[in-house]
Amino acid sequence: MIDFGNLIAAQPLSALLADYPVVRDFFLNLNLPPLNEAKSLADALLEADDDWLLEFGLTREEIPSQLAAFLTTMTAAESGRAVTSLTIIGGRDKSGGAENIELHIEPGTVVSIVGPTGSGKSRLLGDIECLAQGDTPTARRILIDGAEVTEDDRFNLEGKIVAQLSQNMNFVMDLTVAEFLEMHARSRAVGVSGDADALIKTCFECANSLAGEKFTPETKVTQLSGGQSRALMIADCAYISQSAIVLIDEIENAGVDRREAIALLAQSEKIVLISTHDPLLALGADKRIVIKNGGISAIIDTSAEEKASLVELEKIDRLLYNTRKTLRAGGQINDLGTL
Amino acid sequence: MKMITVAGPPSSGKTSVILRLAESLKLNIGVVKFDCLTSFDKARYKAAGIPVQIGLSGKFCPDHFFVNNVEGGVSWGLRNGIDVLITESAGLCNRCSPHITGITSVCVVDALSGVHTPRKIGPMLKFADIVVVTKGDIVSQAEREVFAWSVKQANGSAQVLSVNGITGQGAFMLSKKVLEAREITSLTDSRLRFTTPAAACAYCTGETRIGENYQMGMMRKMEYEI
Ligand SMILES: Nc1ncnc2c1ncn2[C@@H]1O[C@H](COP(=O)(O)OP(=O)(O)OP(=O)(O)O)[C@@H](O)[C@H]1O
Ligand SMILES: [Mg+2]
Repeated sequence: MIDFGNLIAAQPLSALLADYPVVRDFFLNLNLPPLNEAKSLADALLEADDDWLLEFGLTREEIPSQLAAFLTTMTAAESGRAVTSLTIIGGRDKSGGAENIELHIEPGTVVSIVGPTGSGKSRLLGDIECLAQGDTPTARRILIDGAEVTEDDRFNLEGKIVAQLSQNMNFVMDLTVAEFLEMHARSRAVGVSGDADALIKTCFECANSLAGEKFTPETKVTQLSGGQSRALMIADCAYISQSAIVLIDEIENAGVDRREAIALLAQSEKIVLISTHDPLLALGADKRIVIKNGGISAIIDTSAEEKASLVELEKIDRLLYNTRKTLRAGGQINDLGTL
Repeated sequence: MKMITVAGPPSSGKTSVILRLAESLKLNIGVVKFDCLTSFDKARYKAAGIPVQIGLSGKFCPDHFFVNNVEGGVSWGLRNGIDVLITESAGLCNRCSPHITGITSVCVVDALSGVHTPRKIGPMLKFADIVVVTKGDIVSQAEREVFAWSVKQANGSAQVLSVNGITGQGAFMLSKKVLEAREITSLTDSRLRFTTPAAACAYCTGETRIGENYQMGMMRKMEYEI
């Protein structure tokens, strides 16, 4: 851990800003007047107007220590937490019956969740999201790296290890795709990181290959179609988001290449759980969890025979896809054999 | 009795968060709602069976009004056997914060309000122990992450929690923090975490006319460029 207090005292502002551009945000947040960057923060502040500082409720003494605390938080936010395994320990179903299961999932694994509407698929995702410790209606417990998650960890890990994707999510920022990716990458990388540009480029290209219709980096994120948005969200999850676990709630009908999307997330060594009614996604996973009456009733490893069936199903899916494409382009469907 | 202060910009979801929190706490909750001119929340709290007092600051500075009346709220809570007293303040300007040293403080912000909003909100967010982000379920994961980063920029020590004001997802994590709040019997000699405005001018006492002739008391003049 870097001692930012010493660093801030020892360096001129210009050097500090070069190493940590985020310092500029700190000054903006405090609405500080322009400072002499050739000097150290403490010295530069000596030149700042007393009234100004007083007006904004600041003192010269507290600003350097506030900046040190700020840099400590911002650099900690950068480093994601690696996860080596996720364990689901069964609780009870809606009638109170015990689940009696213990499932370990490792990075690079895709698990699908199937079951009738209202059976409790989203509930299971919810349990994982909040790292349940027997305190949700299902009484399930979630372990990370084989260990129980303490109360403190649960709060500190909030939003850090679990990413979510669902049909209800939209982009709301008034930014272009390029600006958007840059902003997300920037929120993760505090120091200067040369590879951010490469990461953004890969992510953009990948999103485009997942989407049915192509889009440019200059497109506003709010103007993307449903399918394009989903494609960008998935690529962003794979390349830029730091979360080790990705929870997907029904992205079927999204107009993206679903199989490729899931494969992409698995490749990036994430743990992927996907609640779905889509047979291709269900069978495309390594395992599937079957939910009945709120409880996990079975965990099935996708067999070799099922993988073979999947190949046949994909042909049917391709046929439907091509039919749709032909119809969209104004064509006619007279001979299925040619599709 | 425990006490928490809840603040946040208008329509950020404060009342919904408090209602979901109350469901999750399963204790006697009492709410004192501070607002400026009108408040629509009484019916919602009543419908949920939560005792509520409404304080409208009217022509007084809402921030000064809050400080002058918050102690009375504590006495009301104690008289009525309340377990957790919650003050909800909506009428405050972004200049101020109702947060009190030693009292668990919550700021509610809306994920739809723009990624830089947390950095603009000021002391209400900067001095909060817990920042609750609402409506995060309908924005992309990336925007949620950027939003949380923006909150961290403004307040690095706050606990950031996502709460869905409709389904209540996340409310129970918030309830765990609320249960850690200190027991109090009075606020006398407690301190605000941030100063209230120092102004005492003609407009503070009801003047509405514009012009040098009417401007009296403590005030500040802008220096416009030529
Ligand atoms: N084990 C359980 N004990 C108590 N309640 C449960 C349990 N499992 C699920 N529930 C509740 O059942 C309801 C329906 O569950 P959920 O929304 O997860 O269904 P779903 O399978 O995702 O349905 P859909 O396919 O329509 O999305 C929810 O209110 C959930 O909290
Ligand atoms: Mg569901």
